[in-house]
Amino acid sequence: MVDATGQRRADVAVADGAVVAVEPELEPSSDAVVLDAARCVVAPGLVDLHTHLREPGREEAERIESGARAAALGGYTAVLAMPNTEPAIDSVAVVRQVLDLGASAVTDVAVAGAITVGREGERLAPLAEMAALGVRLFTDDGSGVQDARLMRRALEYASVLDVVLAQHCEEARLAAGGQMHEGEWSSRLGVPGIPAEAEELMVHRDISLSRLTGARVHLLHLSTAGSVALVEAAKTEGLAVTAEAAPHHLCLTDAEVAGYDTAFKVNPPLRGTADVAAVRAGLASGAIDAIATDHAPHAQEAKEAPFDQAPPGMIGLETALAVSMTELADQLPIAAILALLSWRPAQIAGLSAEHGGPVAPGASANLCVIDPSATWVVDPARSASRSRNTPFTGRRLTGRARHTVYRGEPVVVDGEAQR
Amino acid sequence: MAERERYLTPPRRGVFVARAQVMTASDVRRALTRIAHEVIERNRGLERVALIGLQTGGAPLARRLAAILEEIDGTAVPVGSVDVAFYRDDIGLRPVLPEAVTSIDFEVSGRVVVLVDDVLFTGRTVRAALNALNDYGRAQAVQLAVMVDRGHRELPIRPDYVGKNLPTRRDELVDVSEEGVVLGDLVAR
Amino acid sequence: MSDPMSDPMSGPAADPAADPGGWPVTATRHLLSIADLGRDGINEVMRVTDSFVEVGRRAIPKVPALRGKTVVSLFCEDSTRTRLSFETAARRLSADTMNFSASSSSLSKGESLRDTVETIDAMGVHALVVRHFSAGVPWQVASWVSAAVVNAGDGWHEHPTQALLDCYTIRESIGADAGLEGLRIAIVGDVKHSRVARSNVLAFSALGAEVTIVAPPTLLPPSLAGWPVVVSNDLDGVLPKSDVVYLLRLQTERATESLLPSVREYTAGYGLTRERGALLAERALVMHPGPMNRGVEIAAELAGLPNSLVTRQVANGVAVRMAVLYLLLGSGADLGA
Repeated sequence: MVDATGQRRADVAVADGAVVAVEPELEPSSDAVVLDAARCVVAPGLVDLHTHLREPGREEAERIESGARAAALGGYTAVLAMPNTEPAIDSVAVVRQVLDLGASAVTDVAVAGAITVGREGERLAPLAEMAALGVRLFTDDGSGVQDARLMRRALEYASVLDVVLAQHCEEARLAAGGQMHEGEWSSRLGVPGIPAEAEELMVHRDISLSRLTGARVHLLHLSTAGSVALVEAAKTEGLAVTAEAAPHHLCLTDAEVAGYDTAFKVNPPLRGTADVAAVRAGLASGAIDAIATDHAPHAQEAKEAPFDQAPPGMIGLETALAVSMTELADQLPIAAILALLSWRPAQIAGLSAEHGGPVAPGASANLCVIDPSATWVVDPARSASRSRNTPFTGRRLTGRARHTVYRGEPVVVDGEAQR
Repeated sequence: MAERERYLTPPRRGVFVARAQVMTASDVRRALTRIAHEVIERNRGLERVALIGLQTGGAPLARRLAAILEEIDGTAVPVGSVDVAFYRDDIGLRPVLPEAVTSIDFEVSGRVVVLVDDVLFTGRTVRAALNALNDYGRAQAVQLAVMVDRGHRELPIRPDYVGKNLPTRRDELVDVSEEGVVLGDLVAR
Repeated sequence: MSDPMSDPMSGPAADPAADPGGWPVTATRHLLSIADLGRDGINEVMRVTDSFVEVGRRAIPKVPALRGKTVVSLFCEDSTRTRLSFETAARRLSADTMNFSASSSSLSKGESLRDTVETIDAMGVHALVVRHFSAGVPWQVASWVSAAVVNAGDGWHEHPTQALLDCYTIRESIGADAGLEGLRIAIVGDVKHSRVARSNVLAFSALGAEVTIVAPPTLLPPSLAGWPVVVSNDLDGVLPKSDVVYLLRLQTERATESLLPSVREYTAGYGLTRERGALLAERALVMHPGPMNRGVEIAAELAGLPNSLVTRQVANGVAVRMAVLYLLLGSGADLGA
């Protein structure tokens, strides 16, 4: 059993959606469902800060139901649905719609609201109204809020709502036309590049705005060495800045684009070797608080376009835990990896009451059981997502969610979704 | 066997091992001289005659034949060479690459063209050469001279001038070079 | 000329397709990048091109080598010259040709590229000649089809047959059979957006030439790491030391994108003006992939680019493309290093 309080050998008993006992050698009652966890780690369910569920609007790529099932298979008990749907989640009505659809899913579906109306970066969305429905994180993700004055006002206005504003850091004019990381590979491949500085300029700006307004800022999917250094300095300074990184940014580089496989097209783009090393170091040092999937499903037809016309994005809910464990096992103990995947993101998203542990009597029974030594090969055809756009096809990974318990219900048992 | 076949023979097919010398260098020279006389006799001189050697084995023979013709008759006949790779019927079945650039820098139309090759076997190469020749013009007549006719024809093609008729098995190889004609086998390595 | 192996009908092992140790004649091969060829591959294309140049001089410039083969040109970007060159090459090899251009096709009706390509492939075509405004499309197409794919230009990325015909034309002009060893070649202009430059840098350097790129910083790729080139901004200094000056076409919209203040400033700094013409070495070759902007890359009145060379490039273009199609579809040999 591993949670934020430490690790110990114990059985976990669950009843009526809550943990009732955590003790060694519990005797199950005769009518209990027993999930075998021998040689496994029992942990609080994982929490994804960055999930594109595509509903409403892009149901051919993903639905809330299918995305949540993929999440449960990946060990998640809560996901945060990003607002770049069609229409965008920028009003009470759309928030309600997504919450309703999420109510019957196999994980919690928390909602991120848009900062601006239609994510167009021009007028503030009704932040307080949405916050009243429980929205705790706002972002225009998919693009950054370009107007610094508007972003300042959003931060000031939101600072009394007990919410966090999150930024997709990308200076749009500098990144304009870019399809991959700008550097040696983009030059060779003749593909327009997105310089690292397009991200870093906005990271720098939003850190400054956090200092100016005193408001919390969460920086989404950081991908460059410069961004990691800026966040590290902001934290040393004591600013209310948090950051996340995506699994693909801690192991894949822009060299993957050499075959023009659009599965490797993502935004922020896969960066250079030094950036990957910096992201890993940032995760180890605490500069980066969380690993978030940026699960971004796209229909196969959409991805089968020329590289510069294909939409950016990768699915990741079912591979995030395994990629993190495989890639970070040398650097971090499993408790630290789970902190990045569970309790730290739960805190950032305002979901700590229900998710992220600690696993103790009285806590909500949102749990996952991880087999740290299971090795498996990624096969997109087996994904529960409606899309197949994983960059990890054929990759051998170590570590896998074996069971997932959501509100006391075993929704995944031995790697099989139960509903 | 012409150079091209040796070059194109994949290693797995084995190597050429000589078994018997069937013509010496002087045999070849005498045969060429006889063929030269036959060409002159049959065409009543060399007025309209041109020689075209088939790349690669026939090309040097055509040049030697031309030199002998000039010695005998005092007439320098035009000599060209043709590479038939693009006309072969086994394209797509095996590697077929041109060995040399075709060189026919005289007008073919109205001439009596003597095709020259080292070995006549199935006749398919000669068929390809006839097609190639057609693209240069309409020869008045085409004749065929070969150093060795080893039989096993698969097309209705017959030589007009032959250095030596040599009965062979299908799996044997015949190698014509400066040093003469050698019969041998392909031995697996 | 005649032995058992030269004849498909001569013995039990004659059909190599049925012979497990035989030649992989059904293996799909492509020409996507100059890097696929390497030095030996480029030289082999040059050697076979010699034969097709001779074919082009004949009364009937056509050979039956690819009878029964179908070559489809799939052009999703206007390029009449390149398309005609490939189609002429295919016809001179007796292949059947089909032409599929984006403007008149289902692609403009919203069909996905993959569906379009797979439909064409299902018709039993043997080669797809692909031109697309997006880098990498020929790679994607190659992964979807069984036909051989020839890259006829993809975005800013590569244009391998242009590089091959340029190499052939240089070789023909300088009469060197040993390749371009030690030849000093300057590539001048908009390298950043040029597929011709990317392929030519690879091809020229593979053949041993010393390549110098001359361009304003805004028209250079963001990174030249790994490029076997020297970079200069000083055309006046480079010209006298160059055996070949290869001018790239300048798209006039580069000025409206603020990559250049004006076309006039480009010409002043990087155009082969009349004054700069005097700096050329005596036997220097001046080349251009066409179509030329006279007055921009090269002075209108400058005779530095003899029309004969342009004509040779066009004629050699057909022969080089015949060689490429023949090597891919007819030779049964592996094209590539």
